[in-house]
Amino acid sequence: MTIAQKSIKFFTVLALVFTSFGAFAGDGDKKSSDNDGGQVNTKQEINDYIKHHLADSHDFAFYSYTNDAGERKHIGFPLPVIVKTSKGIKTFMSSKFHHNDDGTVIVDAGDVKLVKIHSKIYELEEGATTVTFDETHHATNATKTLDFSITKSVFGMLFAGLLMFLGFGSLAKGYKKGAIPTGVGRLLEPLVLYVRDEIARPNIGEKKYKRFMPYLLTVFFFIWILNLLGLTPLGFNVTGQIAVTACLAIFTLVVYITSGTKDFWAHTLWMPGVPKILRPVLAVIELVGFILIKPFSLLVRLFANITAGHFVVMSLIALMMTLKAQFGAVASTGISLVLTLFISVIEILVAFLQAFIFTMLSALFIGMAVEEHDHEHADAH
Amino acid sequence: MYNLIGAGLIVIGGGIGLGQIGGKAMEGIARQPEAAGKIQTAMIIIGALLEGLAFGALILGR
Amino acid sequence: MDQLLNDFSPGLFVMQLVVLGILLFLLAKFAWKPILNSLDEREEGIQNALDQAENARKEMQNLQADNEKMIKEARAERDAMMKEAREIKDNIIAEAKEEASEQATIMIENAKATIKQEQQAAIAELKKNVADLSINIAQQVVRKELASQDDQLKLVEGMLEEVTLN
Repeated sequence: MTIAQKSIKFFTVLALVFTSFGAFAGDGDKKSSDNDGGQVNTKQEINDYIKHHLADSHDFAFYSYTNDAGERKHIGFPLPVIVKTSKGIKTFMSSKFHHNDDGTVIVDAGDVKLVKIHSKIYELEEGATTVTFDETHHATNATKTLDFSITKSVFGMLFAGLLMFLGFGSLAKGYKKGAIPTGVGRLLEPLVLYVRDEIARPNIGEKKYKRFMPYLLTVFFFIWILNLLGLTPLGFNVTGQIAVTACLAIFTLVVYITSGTKDFWAHTLWMPGVPKILRPVLAVIELVGFILIKPFSLLVRLFANITAGHFVVMSLIALMMTLKAQFGAVASTGISLVLTLFISVIEILVAFLQAFIFTMLSALFIGMAVEEHDHEHADAH
Repeated sequence: MYNLIGAGLIVIGGGIGLGQIGGKAMEGIARQPEAAGKIQTAMIIIGALLEGLAFGALILGR
Repeated sequence: MDQLLNDFSPGLFVMQLVVLGILLFLLAKFAWKPILNSLDEREEGIQNALDQAENARKEMQNLQADNEKMIKEARAERDAMMKEAREIKDNIIAEAKEEASEQATIMIENAKATIKQEQQAAIAELKKNVADLSINIAQQVVRKELASQDDQLKLVEGMLEEVTLN
């Protein structure tokens, strides 16, 4: 209870700290909304812009503007592109695409021609010189490549990893000097204790929780930091990438499948205490539940929450433009600002909550898998 | 059009479920304030499961 | 769903797998292990200190209880000893009294017996003496007055019979 109170206090402070960030985030997103050639004014443009933000990106743009000469200037830096094409792996900097995102700029990487359409890199078929689209805006003469680029999301992950490594490394080093951490360790230690005492211990059990602590801690802080990074004006949307959440969910799946005890498999595949005819049916249901539904719900929950959060924040920022005609510039900006601020505060809570729930449910599933049943009462189950 | 109706139904269902969870949790806390922490944790987990279901349906139906 | 599958980037998935794997390995080795170990150690230390304090408190209590018990025992022992001493004293006095009275009775008895003996002896002697004396007197008297032996004896016997002893 005291831990809960402490953490509530802590999160209140954190929320207050990040409230300013939230407002700033709105500001930053507004600026970068000029990103894709020109101003964003109509509903369609706003939708496209939000879609563009939610997708991954191959360069890191803080903001862009049009200078006096009418040229688009982008402030930011390019990121390396690593793609596996039919002719082998190609690497180059994303600046070669010149911020183009609709397939008009063709990069000649030696023996293959590459284009970027909606943040995805396509390989042009032999002999084609321009990309042709069908009526649903799908490229007809280009195929998707396997894209191992250091995209914005990968960059975000590396950044989060670096932050975690520095923070927790210093905490670990701090223990060598004395039992009580100093500096940033004071902030991190209660969080580690929180994960251990509120998430791992009650769900996995006193005996076995130690083995899974590294995984739970890593996942918890990884998701939390990336969720919070998504609320900064840097415009990351890492945990809103379905590939990222899928990977996290599959990690959890692997962890709890490989650590399943004999009891767990016995109960899953041949449920005691039910009629024998029903047992195969139950086995199928349980297996599907453990292998498909649980990881799927994990990955969809995180993805959908973060995506929805970004979508709502950006839509509220866009109110500035959509309501300008009815209320005038000042009033629409005010409405947008207040609502964005409000939602941003909620998003900070959601950022923590989703990290907590992902870790909590992972711990719960691991706990189910490693649970030792009392054999004397096995038939009563 | 139909998927929008479906999305609406999902949101209604999820809303009813969340309301039930929240309401019952409040009742539980009012009855046993000392168990508030445990009830909150359980409430959040059940809420998350429901949310996962609703989001899953929304995304599959989109 | 189609949109979702279209958004899914296998490359990003692989990158995430690699990054998370490396991160997990590095953090587990360089951060989580030392942190969790130190936390455990610290908690163990705190627990130990608490246990020790509790033990010390219990020991103190035990000691106090022991002291009290010892004092009580000592007091009881003293009382018992006093009682015993008193009993012994009483016994000794009683015994002494008894013995003394016994001794006295014995002595009295002895004295009585001796007195009786002495008395008898005295009487016997007296008798003898008296007889001798009487005979002597009688001899002297009779020598002078009685010639015949028979007369003399008759006289003596008659005289003796007259003499009643005691």
